[in-house]
Amino acid sequence: MKSNFPSWSVVLFAALVLYPLFPAFDQHFFNVTSRSLGVELPGLFLFAILALALNVVVGYTGLLHLGIAAFFGIGAYTVGILTAPINPFGISFWAALLVATVVATLAGLLLGAPALRLRGDYLALVTLGFGEVVRFTIKNLPAITEGPKGVSPLPAPVLPGVTVDWNTDYRPFYYLALAALALTFYFLYRLERSKLGRAWVAIREDELAASCMGLNTSRLKLAAFAVTAGIAGFAGGIYATKMTSTVGPEAYDFNKSIFVLCCLILGGLGSRSGVLLGVFLLYGFDYILSPIIDGFIQASGLGQGKIWQQFSGWRLIVFGLVLIVVMRVRPQGLLPNDRVEEELRHAPPATGV
Amino acid sequence: MTPLFAALDTQALTQYLINGLSYGMLIALVALGYTMVYGIVELINFAHGDLFMLGAFLGWTIITAVFKVSPDDAVLGPVALLVCFVIVPAFCGLLNFSVDRVIYRPLRKAPRLAPLVSAIGVSFIFQNLGLFWGGPQDVDFPKLVSNKNLLGLDATVRFTYQDLLVVGVTIPLMIALTVFVKLTPLGKAMRATAQNPTAAQLMGINTERVIATTFILGGTLAGFGAMIYGLTINSIHYQMGFLVGLYAFTAAVLGGIGNIPGAVLGGLLIGLVRSLGSAYVGERWTGALIFAMLIVVLVFRPAGLLGARVREKV
Repeated sequence: MKSNFPSWSVVLFAALVLYPLFPAFDQHFFNVTSRSLGVELPGLFLFAILALALNVVVGYTGLLHLGIAAFFGIGAYTVGILTAPINPFGISFWAALLVATVVATLAGLLLGAPALRLRGDYLALVTLGFGEVVRFTIKNLPAITEGPKGVSPLPAPVLPGVTVDWNTDYRPFYYLALAALALTFYFLYRLERSKLGRAWVAIREDELAASCMGLNTSRLKLAAFAVTAGIAGFAGGIYATKMTSTVGPEAYDFNKSIFVLCCLILGGLGSRSGVLLGVFLLYGFDYILSPIIDGFIQASGLGQGKIWQQFSGWRLIVFGLVLIVVMRVRPQGLLPNDRVEEELRHAPPATGV
Repeated sequence: MTPLFAALDTQALTQYLINGLSYGMLIALVALGYTMVYGIVELINFAHGDLFMLGAFLGWTIITAVFKVSPDDAVLGPVALLVCFVIVPAFCGLLNFSVDRVIYRPLRKAPRLAPLVSAIGVSFIFQNLGLFWGGPQDVDFPKLVSNKNLLGLDATVRFTYQDLLVVGVTIPLMIALTVFVKLTPLGKAMRATAQNPTAAQLMGINTERVIATTFILGGTLAGFGAMIYGLTINSIHYQMGFLVGLYAFTAAVLGGIGNIPGAVLGGLLIGLVRSLGSAYVGERWTGALIFAMLIVVLVFRPAGLLGARVREKV
């Protein structure tokens, strides 16, 4: 399969790299909306990494995974615990990030091993249950995790040559998150075309046929779980440092897992461009657009503080409608992967056991 | 160990068992809705827990806003309760039916993921409606059924009016459901559809009618569950559907999804783990314990405790 690296992604990344060089636009945006895109975008980049990670299990391999937030949390807490000055470890951010990726990968294997015996909906439930177990564990081990309030403060990364303050200037984290996203994107681009990536797709298309062709489906599925978990942990590590805190167990709950899944479904399962679009639309709506609209409503004096008078009060309804409408009108997502689209068009009936 | 201490211990244990079974029956009621729907259309109805939550809010509104019952009103209280026990289950049954009709039914021939994701969407919409209805904080549900001990004021083991309510509502419902599924023609059609929808259709069974009945029944049971939850826990919240729904779904899977006695067994098990777990391990660990139990059971018996192991067809 010969395919060039997608040119749209190069253009997109180039534009994002250049964005901080035009502070006038960001300043203007801030003047109008009292929010800075430069401050908000790194969060979006990290979410995009998370969504690309989930895409490995759900999009490529075709297994429903409802516990991605747990691995994000494991990564965040690993970095948090290892770098926080209140703990005696004092490991540098970069080493801790590596450890976080490894720990999350191992956790992914831990979840994957028992889950392999299960199919379909049972697997989804075990991933969900695992996510909850991780969240409860974080909450209930305050000696290590500081319980509900999270490990904080976390020091900023030290990078030779970078002298600006990471906490007041948005650019270091902006570039860190963007670099991490570009790295993940390229890694998955290569992986998708590798023997491993093609084997995953074969499992999604027809597991039985794949195993008849001599693929070790158990080991491959385990690998998919591990890659998803590792990348999610990597994103979590950066997230914690960016927030200067591991935030608390509720930041890694089921809702976050579902949010990431929504991005995938809206954009198009198995399609990297679709996943990025999904994150852009949903994250942009939830974390950037709706606070801005809320600000306008408040400034205009229309909202009286009731929940339904705030724009963000309707977010779950908007998400719910997006999911329902997409499933009805365009189940392959906005920017579908060609092969997934084909599969959906000729799908066998769901209930004919 | 002194004999007195040992005696106290068994009493405490009895108490935990009562509490656990009482909560377990509530979970079983909700689990039945999951398991029946899954048995017929193979859909994890993520919105089921939130349907349950909306039912609880409706009960709260009827009691506090329509009847304006004061806590110790001896006449109005029972009347409001009776009205609630009719309207709330009917509301939940109808709502569940409508959601199936409008949202899941057009997706019957779509890939499995489509109805599942739509159900997550419905769950979000329900949660948002619950947020508008009751606000972001906990809402007090009036204590219309007292938690006085039925075994006498100074008895060491407590079996309260609330426990009686749980038993008195759930057991007849479960018997009625069993009779319905085992003995009526529609129940037979239901079992046939669960086994093989295509064959059932070929035998002249109107499977859409069976599916509609299943959603109505499941919703109705969730409505009863919602009233019991409100009356025994006395505090409701727009997000409560998530955890109760998760426990209930876990119960359904534990027992073997699609299996009605299995759901009851699973519910009771979860109730017991929750109550014994909070007594002997610590309350904050019960959630983790329940899901750990789920993972262990699924690993060793992937089809659940009572579920038949179905060989995958090629």
